[in-house]
Amino acid sequence: MTPSRVSVDRERCIGAGMCAVTAPEVFDQDPGDGLVILLDTDPTASRERAARTAAGVCPSGAITFREPGTAGS
Amino acid sequence: MSPSPHTVGTLPAHRPAACPFDPPAELREARRHGPISRYTHPGGKPGWMITGYDLARSVLADPRFSSRKDLLNVVDFSLPPAPPGEFLLMDEPQHSRYRKPLVGRFTVRRMRMLTERVEQVTAEHLDAMAETGGPVDLVTAFAKPIPTIVICEILGVPYEDRPSFQEQIDAFMGGEVSDEELIAAYTATQEYLARLVAAKRANPTDDVLSELTAGDLTDEELKGISLILLAAGFDTTANMLSLGTYALLRHPEQLAALREDPTLTDGAVEELLRYLSVAKTFHRTALEDVELAGRTIEAGTTVVLSFHTANRDPERFADPDALDIRRTYDGHLAFSHGIHQCLGQQLARLEMRVALRALIDRFPTLRLAVPAEEVALRPETADIFGVKSLPVTWDEDQAVPA
Repeated sequence: MTPSRVSVDRERCIGAGMCAVTAPEVFDQDPGDGLVILLDTDPTASRERAARTAAGVCPSGAITFREPGTAGS
Repeated sequence: MSPSPHTVGTLPAHRPAACPFDPPAELREARRHGPISRYTHPGGKPGWMITGYDLARSVLADPRFSSRKDLLNVVDFSLPPAPPGEFLLMDEPQHSRYRKPLVGRFTVRRMRMLTERVEQVTAEHLDAMAETGGPVDLVTAFAKPIPTIVICEILGVPYEDRPSFQEQIDAFMGGEVSDEELIAAYTATQEYLARLVAAKRANPTDDVLSELTAGDLTDEELKGISLILLAAGFDTTANMLSLGTYALLRHPEQLAALREDPTLTDGAVEELLRYLSVAKTFHRTALEDVELAGRTIEAGTTVVLSFHTANRDPERFADPDALDIRRTYDGHLAFSHGIHQCLGQQLARLEMRVALRALIDRFPTLRLAVPAEEVALRPETADIFGVKSLPVTWDEDQAVPA
C-alpha cells in the first residue's frame, strides 16, 4: 500500500478553516469540532497545488506533505 | 558578529498625514534596517520590535514565545494573569480549553450559513441610510451596527441590551478615555456579562453562549470567553468596514474597478486586510534565550510584532504600500498566525464581502462629505486602528433602489 502523500495532525489543528477555503477538494472541517478532515490523501496534480498552498497558510503547521523518496513510517 | 541593531523610540507614534493608512514613519524606517530593532516599551522596559514578515510569522508559530499576560515585561510592576476565559492572553493548555469548544461554531460552513442573515442586516442599514439621505456618519450608520448585531446574535446577547453594551466596549477600545472611565466601562461590562451568563444557564436559548453552558466551563470562564468574542467581533470588523471604505474612497481607481467587477470582491477584502492591518501590534515574551536574525532575545524579554509593518514588507509583497485589489498572494498577517490566529476570521471575511459589496452597489456615487484630511482617525493608543467617524454622502437620484 502506497503511503499517503498528505497528512493532517488534528492535535495541532486550531480550526482556522484556511485549508477548507484554499483547497476544498482536499480538506474540510469536521462539522462537530471544526478541526481538519482530510478528504483526499493523494491529490492529483491539479489539486496538489492548492493543497500545498493550504499547507503553507495553515497557522498551526497541521498539514504535512510526504515528499517522494522519503521513507514511509 | 552582527552590527549593532537599529533602535526604535517609544510608541505610540504618528502616522504620515499624507497617507494615514501607512504605518508610522518610525516603524517603516525600522524595517529598512532589518526585520528586528531594539525598542523601549512605553513603561520603560527594554524590548524588541519585529517589522519583517517572515520573522513575525516564525515568532508567532514558535512555542518559545508566550502570549501570557502575566509574563509581559513592559512595565515596572508585574501584571496579573489573564482572567479566566480570556484565552488570547494564554498559552497551551489553557488556551485550548477555551478555544476548542468554540472552533466548531465558527467553521467556514457555519459562517456561510449566516450569509443570508448578514445580507439582510446589511440591507436594513442601507435602507435606513437611503431614507435619511446624506450626509451620514458611516461608522454609526453602517460599520458598527452590522458586525455588532451579527456577533450579538451568534453569542445570544438580547437585542435591547446592545446599545449600552456597545457604548462600554467603545469606551475601552477607543483609546481616548481616562483610566477611571476605562475601569467603569470594564466593570459595567463584567457585571453585564455575569448576568447574561447566569440567564443563559437558567434558560438556554439557541445561541453559542447557551451551548457553551452545557460543557464544563465555569461562569467566570464563560464571562471571559464572551468578552473576548464580543470585543473582537465588534471592534475589528467595524473598523475594517469604515477604514476600508475610507481607503477605497481615497483610491478611486481601485473603487471603480471593484464596482465594475464583483468577482474582485473577495480579493479586495484580503487586500484591505493586508493594507490596513487594523489589529496593528501584538506582544510575545521569550520563555528562554532565543536567537532571531542574529540577535539574542533574552528569556523574559517582550517583543512587539508590528503586523501592519510586516504586511508591508517589500521582501514579501511587491510594491507593498500600494493598495491593489487585484494582487494575488498566499496569506497575510492581518489575522495573525500560529495557535492564536483569529477564531472569527471567516465571519469577518463574510461580513466584509457582503457589506462592502452591498454598500458600493447601493450608492454608486458614494463620496466623502468632508475634505479627506478632515476625517478623524483613532489615536495610536487604540489597540485597533480606524476612523472615529466617516461622513459620507451620495447623489440620491443615483442610488440603486433596494
